[in-house]
Amino acid sequence: MKQPSQLAWTVVGVVCSVLLAGLWLFPLLWALSTSLRPEHETVSAVFHWLPRVWTLDAFRTTLGAGNLTRWLFNSALVASLVTMITMAVSLGAAYAFSQLRFRGRALLFGAAMLAFLLPFEALLVPLFRTMNVLGLINSYAGLVLPQVVSPVVIYVFKQFFDAIPGDFREAAVMDGAGPLRVLWSVYLPISGNIVWAMAIVTFIGAWNNFLWPFIIVTSNEMMTIPLGLTQTYDAFGVRYAQLMAAALLGALPVGLAYALFQRRVTQGFLAASGLKG
Amino acid sequence: MKPFMPTRQRQAAQAAVAHSSRRGDGRSAALLLTPFVTLFLLFFLAPALQTFYLSLTESSLTRTNAFVGLANYALLVRDPSFWASLGNTFYFSLLTVMPLTALGLLMALLVHRFTRVQGWLQGAFFLPYVLPISVMTLIADWMLQPSTGVINQIVGGQTAWLADVDWAMPVVALGTIWWTVGFNMLMLLAGLRNIPRELYEAAALDGARGFTLFRCITWPQLRPVVGTALLLQLIVSLKIFGQTYILTVGGPFNTTRVTLHYMYETAFTHSDAGYAAAIAMAFVAVVVALSLLHALLRRVVAGRNP
Repeated sequence: MKQPSQLAWTVVGVVCSVLLAGLWLFPLLWALSTSLRPEHETVSAVFHWLPRVWTLDAFRTTLGAGNLTRWLFNSALVASLVTMITMAVSLGAAYAFSQLRFRGRALLFGAAMLAFLLPFEALLVPLFRTMNVLGLINSYAGLVLPQVVSPVVIYVFKQFFDAIPGDFREAAVMDGAGPLRVLWSVYLPISGNIVWAMAIVTFIGAWNNFLWPFIIVTSNEMMTIPLGLTQTYDAFGVRYAQLMAAALLGALPVGLAYALFQRRVTQGFLAASGLKG
Repeated sequence: MKPFMPTRQRQAAQAAVAHSSRRGDGRSAALLLTPFVTLFLLFFLAPALQTFYLSLTESSLTRTNAFVGLANYALLVRDPSFWASLGNTFYFSLLTVMPLTALGLLMALLVHRFTRVQGWLQGAFFLPYVLPISVMTLIADWMLQPSTGVINQIVGGQTAWLADVDWAMPVVALGTIWWTVGFNMLMLLAGLRNIPRELYEAAALDGARGFTLFRCITWPQLRPVVGTALLLQLIVSLKIFGQTYILTVGGPFNTTRVTLHYMYETAFTHSDAGYAAAIAMAFVAVVVALSLLHALLRRVVAGRNP
């Protein structure tokens, strides 16, 4: 039988859960409710929780006017490139740090881990100057390259490789496989989960990156979604149905990725925070 | 296959592995590490060193001019705008670090407790975290509109929250809490799941229940994770830039102009890269000092109750 105090705690918990979940979903639901109205309802003196007239006009206008579809394309391209390059570069480096013996290994790994300590924000000025010298301001390469240096991803992969029993490697080497072959056909196949998790997290991070595109992009056509959405007053004016439609369209890809891969995403974020592999 | 291998044969195999790996390792390592090392040098190490060097020069955004020693730093310590921006940064941290950690803990406890709906509950709390910053700022801006915003409809006023000297920063903090608390929840949830079940079972046998369980088992077990969450949150909060830049552009009257915003303005609006680099160095010093202080405190605390 339940003790009274336990029952009281359960009730408090249920009330808190419902309240907090409602509070946390409310802004998104309110944005949705706004985006489904005709524009004049958003400036109406009479307040309504739900649209009086339901319409997709705001979404249609938003997708037709301005550069929203271009920004979505840019974000998809940049985030995909960042993810693929980060995975390739980091898997190679992590395997070398974990399994190969060579001179300067500890020093190099230590230097890479230094990047944990130094906030990216402190590098903005020199990075901008470097990009200027390389002629990469306002280009896809300029957007992508600084985002692929990810010590966290290397650290997570190295931890994972360190934990794989040496027998796997021994067996492959006995069959005459070289180090690269071992990485490709022994280590990669058993790392599927963690690679997936880190890839999704890297993709979401790159999709959402605001600061670097903000620095490096100088024209409206090269903007990614997080940056472009700050320019929507210019594109759509102060029209809140359209602004909310734009916000929801910008949120949709990452929101969907999270909904589909909830467990992978949470696993990836935890691994990246250095708490759990 | 390994357990069935006779000892001698196994030793030979291991020797072969050791030999072959020693032979090929150097070349393979060079091949695998070259891409990373190149990118690391170009886009991390060189800029890091350059930030330090630039801070000792008088430079524009594109041109490095005279070496001026510590002149930029001398200017910095007497610059009221810099101290004001640092004050604003700490004010934002004060408004976010504890609430984000406490609320994250409450959410983690709820998700952990109500296992039947944990997917949904966790989803509701974490979803904002995966959205771009400008989705948050657009929705916040709309909700906070003086005459048509839903917040004023609920509280029944006409406050221009984002243009109000007293309200601007707290409101930005609230938006940030909504946007990022999911991450703290996730970390603390992982911490909760790592607490061995047997501890609860043993305590329950001793008659402990409800809040006693939390006070005697959950909290002591979770404390190191809470400490880490607090530190990570502090560092993230100190790095505030986008939220205030997009929602208030540092206003009203610079009350929300934070340190990174001041650095950005110095570098990209006034093209004073030397001074901006000095601001960046000071900022890094603050972040690193706080991390070290945290590590030190932890050691002291750990020494007291081993």
